[in-house]
Amino acid sequence: MNKPVGAGTSEPAITPQIVAEHGLTAEEYERVLSIMGRVPSMTELGIFSVMWSEHCSYKSSRKWLRRLPTTGKVVIQGPGENAGVIDIGDGQAAIFKMESHNHPSFIEPYQGAATGVGGIMRDVFTMGARPIANLNALRFGAPDDPKTRHLLGGVVAGIGGYGNCMGVPTVGGEVNFHSAYNGNILVNAMTVGIADKNKIFYSKAAGVGNPVIYVGAKTGRDGIHGATMASAEFTEDSEEKRPTVQVGDPFTEKLLLEACLELMATDAIVAIQDMGAAGLTSSSVEMSSKGGLGIELELDRVPMRESGMTPYEIMLSESQERMLMVIKPEAREQARAVFEKWELDFAEIGRLTESGHLVLKMNGRVYADMPVAPLVEQAPVYERPHLPTPPAQAISSTSLPARDPITSLLKLMGSADLCSRRWVWEQYDHLVMGQTVVRPGGDAAVVRLERGPKGLALTTDCTPRYCQADPKTGGAQAVAESWRNLTAVGALPLAITDNMNFGNPQRPEIMGQFVGCVEGIREACLALDYPVVSGNVSLYNETNGKGILPTPAIGGVGVIDDVGKATTIAFKDAGEAIIVIGKTAGHLGCSLYLREIEGREEGAPPPVDLAAERAHGDFVRARIGARELTACHDLADGGLLVAVAEMALAGNIGASIALPKDVPAHAFCFGEDQGRYLVTAAKPKAESLLAAARAAGVPAAMLGETGGNALTLAGGNTISLNELRAAHEGFLPALMNG
Amino acid sequence: MQAAVVVFPGSNREVDAAKALEAAMGRPPEMVWHRDSELPKVDLIVVPGGFSYGDYLRCGAIAAHSPVLREVKARAKAGVAVLGICNGFQILTEAGLLPGVLLRNAGLGFVCRNVGLKVETSQSLFTSGYSQGQTLSIPVAHHDGNYFADGEMLDRLEDKGQIAFRYCDAAGGETSEANPNGSARNIAGVFNDTKNVLGLMPHPENAIEPLQGSTDGKALFKGIVEAFS
Repeated sequence: MNKPVGAGTSEPAITPQIVAEHGLTAEEYERVLSIMGRVPSMTELGIFSVMWSEHCSYKSSRKWLRRLPTTGKVVIQGPGENAGVIDIGDGQAAIFKMESHNHPSFIEPYQGAATGVGGIMRDVFTMGARPIANLNALRFGAPDDPKTRHLLGGVVAGIGGYGNCMGVPTVGGEVNFHSAYNGNILVNAMTVGIADKNKIFYSKAAGVGNPVIYVGAKTGRDGIHGATMASAEFTEDSEEKRPTVQVGDPFTEKLLLEACLELMATDAIVAIQDMGAAGLTSSSVEMSSKGGLGIELELDRVPMRESGMTPYEIMLSESQERMLMVIKPEAREQARAVFEKWELDFAEIGRLTESGHLVLKMNGRVYADMPVAPLVEQAPVYERPHLPTPPAQAISSTSLPARDPITSLLKLMGSADLCSRRWVWEQYDHLVMGQTVVRPGGDAAVVRLERGPKGLALTTDCTPRYCQADPKTGGAQAVAESWRNLTAVGALPLAITDNMNFGNPQRPEIMGQFVGCVEGIREACLALDYPVVSGNVSLYNETNGKGILPTPAIGGVGVIDDVGKATTIAFKDAGEAIIVIGKTAGHLGCSLYLREIEGREEGAPPPVDLAAERAHGDFVRARIGARELTACHDLADGGLLVAVAEMALAGNIGASIALPKDVPAHAFCFGEDQGRYLVTAAKPKAESLLAAARAAGVPAAMLGETGGNALTLAGGNTISLNELRAAHEGFLPALMNG
Repeated sequence: MQAAVVVFPGSNREVDAAKALEAAMGRPPEMVWHRDSELPKVDLIVVPGGFSYGDYLRCGAIAAHSPVLREVKARAKAGVAVLGICNGFQILTEAGLLPGVLLRNAGLGFVCRNVGLKVETSQSLFTSGYSQGQTLSIPVAHHDGNYFADGEMLDRLEDKGQIAFRYCDAAGGETSEANPNGSARNIAGVFNDTKNVLGLMPHPENAIEPLQGSTDGKALFKGIVEAFS
């Protein structure tokens, strides 16, 4: 017979103050008391606190996330596991997820970003996949904010430092700047891995008596309460929370990756789960709850980096590069040999039981004995009040002054949100593994699969200013843009992961943004047959009561049968026809032109017509598949003329562009109408391309011709590529090195 | 021809190197784990890129003292060809098999991009597939590739023809703009004095097929294979 929980331990008695410090409300604590039937021990309270934190329980978002479409013919595993899994044919599966590390990255940018990358890679290889590509979605404050340089430099170095050492190429991503992120940057990291469809590992524990194995790095006191920190608003003194940011060791993770994959090639593993947020707590609780079993751990056996750690600290530590496994008992020695080869800790720390309880012992004393099922199933779910965002005023392009488009173009190409990101991605090893076919700087990255010629196309996208002005349209636009970016390289978009970054959900207008974005994402996913298979929610992205722009970052994955057919944005040859697919109405509301040239951040975002989006995309993809296009670029931020300039700079070939009579020049050049692509084709093929578009009911129009070393508008207004390039390439180096 | 690729914990371009060798040789090389103190009998040993032992302490410093490196050194002294790429180059300088050292990049950051490389000599086992003065496009991906040696040593290396590759622009100019990391005299790769050991920072193993954007690395591996056939 066990002694009563907590007997003989030196844990403090629970007081209302301790409960409050653990972020539990009075009602939540009442629920703890009713589940436990007694006052919890300190360790038990800590476990409730992290499991019921926003970060782990999704208590504000869960109700709405259920509305997202998560099934489809390619979906093998939707949300709820370490990462989503889709069928990419030929017996293979792509496993991917995007996750935020926003708060730690603001406090300590290098380590925050690095451990974000490390965490998401573990989520993917814990399912048996070898990571083949990393991406990210980053938002920083205004370029002139005194902290931006330090944060951008640190985050980029941290992402590179971890991913480069792991030998996984970082092939794509997005970086934006806005003052709304001055006090709360966003660092969202995505990893994509490949596994055989019949060799995917899950976290569902099975087999009473099976040993529970701890592998990887040792446990220290770092990161205690990370999940709770990620569930609270920032205040002036948040930087004092530095000790709760974990420190990453990519070398250990590289060993852990190789060791796990080596063991996974055998049939030793029953279940496996990485120790991410809330460390040993969430991994042990999730594995046992999914298996409907109990779990008993001897915490003395946990490999520890420092002496004197308490059960409370061991259970809440967020030390990196650790995994928890359930293995077949007869495989013990085989498994131990693999981890010893890779010089990693391997410790049998417990076993599965039929009690349904999580039991934690140390030095012969019982520190916790709590039922697993209610801890998970009775986690609070809130229906927070939500206020819809009032509709934004439409802005007529004719109400804006006519300006010289070339002058505006030069300014836009050198602006923070449109300038070249070369300074960023040259710090990422985007070539290791030797399979990167379309490198960073285009619409989507393309990586070839080991067996080739098949490949994956990958992108991350979101336009937060649209989400702010109209959450539903913005949510749909983020999904549509990722779909369009994958299409623009010739890939068939298959599924997405979403990283929902929002402010304080207890404010109805913020909750309204969340609800609106989810609705928009839902509609776009349904219309484009593009389900959500994994994701992450990051709330409380506020500093001193000021929220960020709503930022539902979308990570899209598509497949291309032959990477040799992938298109890039670069003009390939002089004398080719430039054709715009999709209708150009010249929508300037909420555009970068309006912000950068007119200094106005307002207006309704461009409408998203999902049926047109799909028709235009299917048309373009078919033309790429038939090798009829020589270059293709999605039209997005900055509009048509910015896209022409990007294509010209990428190919170092100029262009001459015609302007229509029915749309004002500034609106035609910089409007951000959706569902459009810019493509080039050899001139003799242009007519048949336009005819095919007409036949398919897809708007398409001749825009101009490639050639020369300048961009020239009808009427003779011109700018050299050299001048454009200097502005485009100069911004970030000047900001960071200046 | 027989080849081996040495694998350290933290190596990450060993597979890329093995693929390039396989493409050139028609069969895969042997992969040798760092704890092995015996190497198979081979004509070529490749020390690949990555972050051996995490590159903690100093890039390549710990690997230079690993059991397998003792054997690599002995083989190199006996005349076996040794190719160190990126981290492999750092390891070979730390092990004293190649002159000079590799410092932190002048720009302080990691740099990944295709660079121009000028072939300084075709008179070696490793560069026989190229012509002297030929310019190549090959990617670099490193944090510590800033080659340094004192002036006297650099003069001696030049006199004895020990410079293998230099960074250059598209026109072949050895400009500072074309130098991605601040290397002395734009040096990207050097031989030992008997020219059976080559170290270089760029990654020829990532430039062997058109989809990689350049095939200029292929001739290096092909040249080695031909030299041994």
